[in-house]
Amino acid sequence: MTDLLTLAGVNTHIGRYHILHGVDFGVPEGQTTMLLGRNGAGKTTTLRTIIGLWPASSGQITLAGQRIEANATPDIARLGIGYVPESMAVFSDLTVKENLVLAARDGPLDDSRLEWIFGFFPALRRFWLSRAGSLSGGQKQMLSIARAIVEPRKLLLIDEPTKGLAPAIVAALIECFAEIKRRGATILLVEQNFRVAQEIGDTVLVMDNGKIVHRGDMAELANDSAAQERLLGLSLEAHQ
Amino acid sequence: MTDLAATTDPLPKPKRDFLPALLPVILALAMAPLIGSGSSWVTLTVASLAMGMMIFIMASGLTLVFGLMDVLNFGHGAFIAVGAYVATLVLLPLAGWVQADSLLVNLAVLAPAALLAMAVSGALGLVFERVLILPVYGQHLKQILMTTGGLIVAEQALYALWGPQIIPLPLPTSLRGSFIIGDVAIAKYRLLAMLVGLVVFLAVQLVLNRTKIGLLIRAGVENREMVEALGYRIRQLFLGVFMVGSALAGLGGIMWALYREQVHASMGNDLTVLIFIVVIIGGLGSIGGCFIGALLVAMVANYGGFLVPKLALVSNILLMVAVLMWRPRGLYAVTSR
Repeated sequence: MTDLLTLAGVNTHIGRYHILHGVDFGVPEGQTTMLLGRNGAGKTTTLRTIIGLWPASSGQITLAGQRIEANATPDIARLGIGYVPESMAVFSDLTVKENLVLAARDGPLDDSRLEWIFGFFPALRRFWLSRAGSLSGGQKQMLSIARAIVEPRKLLLIDEPTKGLAPAIVAALIECFAEIKRRGATILLVEQNFRVAQEIGDTVLVMDNGKIVHRGDMAELANDSAAQERLLGLSLEAHQ
Repeated sequence: MTDLAATTDPLPKPKRDFLPALLPVILALAMAPLIGSGSSWVTLTVASLAMGMMIFIMASGLTLVFGLMDVLNFGHGAFIAVGAYVATLVLLPLAGWVQADSLLVNLAVLAPAALLAMAVSGALGLVFERVLILPVYGQHLKQILMTTGGLIVAEQALYALWGPQIIPLPLPTSLRGSFIIGDVAIAKYRLLAMLVGLVVFLAVQLVLNRTKIGLLIRAGVENREMVEALGYRIRQLFLGVFMVGSALAGLGGIMWALYREQVHASMGNDLTVLIFIVVIIGGLGSIGGCFIGALLVAMVANYGGFLVPKLALVSNILLMVAVLMWRPRGLYAVTSR
């Protein structure tokens, strides 16, 4: 299977701090790749570097054969990347509808796609004209994900979507990610909850201290408790 | 599929915050018994509304620039002064049209003067943003120094081009005088100022709330990074907002000059503090807050000047202190910065 996204020797500095140290990996097309690791390992920085919010100081990032590391964030996004940040970053002064209208940059909202999204997240239909700032944390997360998939995207970068959410909402998100994958999208997903990662992921990358320290099949890691403990250590105990 | 509607708590109804919007009405009604004479109260109230609308026109661009771009533009007054001076290029040579006793002829000269003032101020805004502000995005102290320097340069350039003398700018004939209703006199020009201010307010609200550009501006005020991650080039939006804000300041400049019937190079500088007070009172980035703030500032200045003339010198500062003690982020806070 070919890689839709590849990172080769990517270094990222934030101010005088060197966060990513020569990150190398590929994200296979049509698969869900989990990016795991302890807090501070560099997972969020990796996603932000790919989308250009914290540009790489060196190395190469390639999306569908096209180098993107020198591009500005809007240009990278327009190549077909949807981004769901850890903070969700919904526009709280705008309504649910306005948030989605803004995310649909190629034209008006597609009704059939909206119905598909409402299938996962009925709350969004219910609060369609409510201000996003008045939604609960789980509803904001649904909106943030809906914003990333309101139009078809080649690649979704999703940062800790299940953090702090109720089990029912986590179940809906898992179902949503599986369906997005079935529709052909490629997903790179940062997750702390190993059980969720196990359920969603096809392939897995583990980061530590700004480097990739493991890559392989999710199923293999799921069946290897020694490797889990060695690679994920405290984070596994804390989140299982 | 999981039915999340069953798992979500009912959403609290969004609270509509009407109190700040009612403040001008409450203030006007509270002043009526203190002022005593009904005609004086109406005159002062109309004067406040007209003055408030003109201040709003000048301040609206600054609040968007402040909120969206996080830029402290102390040079905003330059656009006001330039707008007023550029208007004289049309109004003075066509003095015959200005003096004509026909509203249509007067407007036929006022409209192009206002459009030219807006065009030149908008173009100056483009130069300002590219030359002075672009190198200092995200650096507030440098922004203050650069834009204050820009204001000084613009002011000195006006002195060099037009000379140090104050230029008289008489009101068009049909806008002089007042409508007399009973024993109340309402100045015609103040009505025009109110009308223009209201049109600008409604137009800006329409753009912000009913268009995709408006959505982008509102979203950008809140989270610029996420707007970029959605694929929008916010730098270009910044530039557009800066130019429109500068053009509105130019329109405010010609209106203020006609109100005072004079143009001088330091008029923008004189108004800068007042405009910043309005923007801070209203809440950074909030057009509605800016509108209410401008009305409040004008009302406090007019009522205060009538009731306690000595208080007029500090009335705006007192108003700002009172508002910030009540709402530290302004009447209608938008941005979290």
